[in-house]
Amino acid sequence: MKQRAITVLNALAVFAGLVLLWQVILWVFHVPPFMLASPRVVVQAIGARYPELLNSLSLTAEESAGGLAASIAVGVLVALVFAQFRWVRKMFYPYTLLLQTVPIIAIAPLIIMWVGAGTAAVMLIAFIISLAPIIANTTQGLISVDENLVHLFLMHNASRAQVLLKLRLPHAVPGLFVGIRIASGIAVIGAIIGELYAGSSRVGQGGLGYSIQYASSQLQTAYLFALVLAATVLGFSFLFLVMFLEWYFLHRWHESARAPETE
Amino acid sequence: MKSVEGAPEIEITGVTKKYGNAHLVLESLDLVVARQEFISIIGPSGCGKSTILKLIAGLALPTSGTIRVDGMTPQNARETISFVFQDATLLPWRTVKENVGLGLELEHRPRDRSEKEIAGLLELVGLTHVARAYPRELSGGMKMRVSIARALATNPRLMLLDEPFAALDEMSRDRLNEEILRLRAEQSWTAVFVTHSVPEAVFLSDRIVVLAPNPGRIYADFRVELPSPRTSTVRNSPEFDAVASRVAHTLRETIRL
Repeated sequence: MKQRAITVLNALAVFAGLVLLWQVILWVFHVPPFMLASPRVVVQAIGARYPELLNSLSLTAEESAGGLAASIAVGVLVALVFAQFRWVRKMFYPYTLLLQTVPIIAIAPLIIMWVGAGTAAVMLIAFIISLAPIIANTTQGLISVDENLVHLFLMHNASRAQVLLKLRLPHAVPGLFVGIRIASGIAVIGAIIGELYAGSSRVGQGGLGYSIQYASSQLQTAYLFALVLAATVLGFSFLFLVMFLEWYFLHRWHESARAPETE
Repeated sequence: MKSVEGAPEIEITGVTKKYGNAHLVLESLDLVVARQEFISIIGPSGCGKSTILKLIAGLALPTSGTIRVDGMTPQNARETISFVFQDATLLPWRTVKENVGLGLELEHRPRDRSEKEIAGLLELVGLTHVARAYPRELSGGMKMRVSIARALATNPRLMLLDEPFAALDEMSRDRLNEEILRLRAEQSWTAVFVTHSVPEAVFLSDRIVVLAPNPGRIYADFRVELPSPRTSTVRNSPEFDAVASRVAHTLRETIRL
């Protein structure tokens, strides 16, 4: 408990240091406020426009969560098929790598053209960008079971379903969590990129990505900072939630999940 | 299939095993193991010791020759065989109790009866106090005990043990050796035990088979005539030393071949 308190204090001290550095840079270099807003002005902007900010934040959170949930569901299903049928894996696994390398910024406009601008398109983009790590890590977990454990199950005449449910699936859970952890961060990025193209036409009604674009076009630098801050908080909350779940489900038996704060 | 009355526990006839096209692991192996015999297989690395166990378990198929376990094919005899691997091979997400019950669960045994049997087994291997612990909290010796308890849970007639104590320190190994003999005295199963250790083989076995490598074949077959029940004092007797030095000497010959 004391250890944890010290970790939190350290993190807060670093944050305070960064804010101070930010202020010092403003003083020393006399940066014009439209290029770099001061911490005080950013806090004021948050205070003045927080309903709007909160609106954008919750919309982006919803879209990222939807995309992430879909990629977990689809990713696990695909991994199960890959693990059960070697030939399917051989044929399609290379294409999951393609998913990872496709430049999402380049295909985002296409997706919007196909499904139309709006929440669905943004969720789809978040889903596409976060799918590959889930498939890759879960498949790896499902197929990398120790051969002797498989032999042990065979010695008890275990069915294919028993091997899957009682051996491969539990063995894949740590890998699945690694996948979700990576995916949670990029799902938020995907949603924001999606919103840059497919936000909403009314001010204050779009997600963070849309609002960032709008604020930058209007040179509302302080609010832009507030939005960036909100995006960071959102990504961090996702990561923290996933790490907490990982700890909750794995700490009793898995080494990697013993101390999430050291990650 | 019914077991054939009076058949030996294991009958291996003319078994050859090749991996791929080239590598000959075992060549025309003949081996008969009697009921309730404790036989150790010892030999240098690469002589096919573990392959013999896998063949008996039906986890690998011979290239030619036949294997009968209790008069049946290995696959059909599986219900009566338990395998103890070199690593404890426990499921890390299950508690000790749940690991011991794995075999019973996979074979759909009624749960209430299993509970009682598991409790009894944990008592037998001295692990009642860690029944709810997870494997990562246990020492290597304790993990191996869990593995042995799990193997015994399904009431096997035949135990196949593949260097189960190789990774343990000598003290734990000696204690587990004594426990294995005690358990066998209570439950009277047949055992095929693969090991690198001459003293371990001598202490445990009624019979020791020495294998020679490249390709794997039987080089010598010893009967171990030591008093039973064997206690730790047997290890310090001159008779024990005599058998051990004979086996060790033969083993050295196989390496020179």
